[in-house]
Amino acid sequence: MSEHVINLKSSVKKRSQLKAIFHKFKKNKLAMFGFVILVILIIIVSTAGLYLDYEADVETQDMKAMFLGPSWDHPFGTDQFGRDMFARIIYGGRISLFVGLFTISIALTLGSLIGATAGYYGGKIDNIIMRIMDVFLAIPATIIAIAIVASLGTGLINILIALSISRTPQFARVVRSAILSVKEQDFIEAARACGTKDRRIILRHIIPNAIGPIIVQATLSMATTILVVAGLSFIGLGIQPPTPEWGTMLADGKSQMRYYPYLVVVPGIAIVLAVLSLNLIGDGLRDALDPRLKN
Amino acid sequence: MFKYISKRLLMMIPVLIGVAFIIFTIMDFTPGDPARLILGEYAAQEDIDALREEMGLNENFFVRFGTYVKGAVTGDFGKSYRNNLPVSNEVGSRLPTTLKLTFLGMTLAVFIGIPIGVLSAVKQYTIIDNVTLIAALLLTSIPGFWLGLMMILFFSLRLDLLPATGIDSMKHFIMPSITLAAGTMATLIRMTRSTMLEVIRQDYIRTAKAKGGNEKRIIFIHALRNALLPVITLVGVNFGILLGGAVVIEAVFAIPGLGTLMIGAVRAKDTPVLIATVTCIALIGGLITLIVDILYIFIDPRIKSQYVKGSR
Repeated sequence: MSEHVINLKSSVKKRSQLKAIFHKFKKNKLAMFGFVILVILIIIVSTAGLYLDYEADVETQDMKAMFLGPSWDHPFGTDQFGRDMFARIIYGGRISLFVGLFTISIALTLGSLIGATAGYYGGKIDNIIMRIMDVFLAIPATIIAIAIVASLGTGLINILIALSISRTPQFARVVRSAILSVKEQDFIEAARACGTKDRRIILRHIIPNAIGPIIVQATLSMATTILVVAGLSFIGLGIQPPTPEWGTMLADGKSQMRYYPYLVVVPGIAIVLAVLSLNLIGDGLRDALDPRLKN
Repeated sequence: MFKYISKRLLMMIPVLIGVAFIIFTIMDFTPGDPARLILGEYAAQEDIDALREEMGLNENFFVRFGTYVKGAVTGDFGKSYRNNLPVSNEVGSRLPTTLKLTFLGMTLAVFIGIPIGVLSAVKQYTIIDNVTLIAALLLTSIPGFWLGLMMILFFSLRLDLLPATGIDSMKHFIMPSITLAAGTMATLIRMTRSTMLEVIRQDYIRTAKAKGGNEKRIIFIHALRNALLPVITLVGVNFGILLGGAVVIEAVFAIPGLGTLMIGAVRAKDTPVLIATVTCIALIGGLITLIVDILYIFIDPRIKSQYVKGSR
């Protein structure tokens, strides 16, 4: 008897929206594949300190061990300074993932503030804010980043500032439109009628309901950011050598690639893996969040 | 129609001034004195002061910006700090190369991406569709400059088929434009596929099929025309992305375009050149978006009727 009751309860119990989205995401093989790659990358990169010694493996040059092809000791070979490519790729991954995550956090926060203000208040405020964002959006993000780097100089912190600023307008736009789509709905009107403060309405009612497209944008944008960092470093305006970064490594290897192609093949594959995993996750989330694709 | 275009052109002016203002402000944070940069490390202080006065560097920020805009309107973007030549000459001489590269890239992306997207949608869930989708996913995840390096490695260094650097012939543009096009092509494939899938399920397509219309005709005349609308917007948006991407691609293939000019200007702290190149890229991006929007009017009769009858 009691068994029946429990069964009935669990079947009647409405699955929460979040669970449904998670369920759909889990069924998407490509998205799960991306998720697994990303988790593995994060584990390898974040535990690097346990099996690699930064100074010995990444920084120390060894002229006797230049251009060694891939072997058991050096799975990805060594570069023109005799440094182990494997260790440099791992530490390069640290930088790429960190820059991606940090940039997106800042751009997301700033963009949400700007976009939420514009979307929620509308009217003149919206107009002014969005015209300013339009100006920023008229310049390709890479080029804004280059201009900021030109002014502040290269280096990790300046790259973080440059990328965060260049990514913010996109988030402002996405957040604004997400908020506009929720704002006019009845439950917001109800909250307002109850006398809830604006700040609380935005934070507790609007953002949780508008978060879907924002998360998708964040994931895909992190993928783009990793590409842009690599690109900037490749043209010498990003992370500077000797710090290992995938784009910097490609620039270093370029002059030697005729004879030692692995120098440019390996860092590229690392970039592709990181970016691909984020793109797969982003696409999976978008499909999972799309109510038209409900099955 | 004419009113619409002129209104859009007028609306570009504040955006362009805004772009120049942003870049001008950003560059104002650059440490170091331009006058010292031009005259060199060991110049006498009097000479530096005189040059500062001559260049108007002692004026306040807004006066300097005003002077700059006034000059820019007449095509005077100042002189390069590096070689004292007018910036407009240098930008003008390099612009065609970048434009050529960008247009070739976009042409490739459009004429390969859209047909493949259509094919993928028509053959949904077949091997063709799956392979296309995975290829498109890979292409969006591959950095353009790395794809360029790999192509140089294979086609120039191994097979010796194509030149790795330079712009002397069309042959030189093959690899750069493919490299530049790859990402946009992937985006267009995916977008065309998803809009086609949506349109194919519409009632009017079913009606056309029920009436026994030719399958190909239905796909290309009825479906594609409607599916292309969002794709065209995307083409406009992607022009800007391509212009940004060209900066890095030009560096890979040593192409003397706006991108390499800009990178050189950053290294030499050549502010006037940098401001001019960025504004120029924004101007081209804006113009192309405008052209795409106008094209849109011709393709979408719903929008056309709004403007042609003069209701707005």
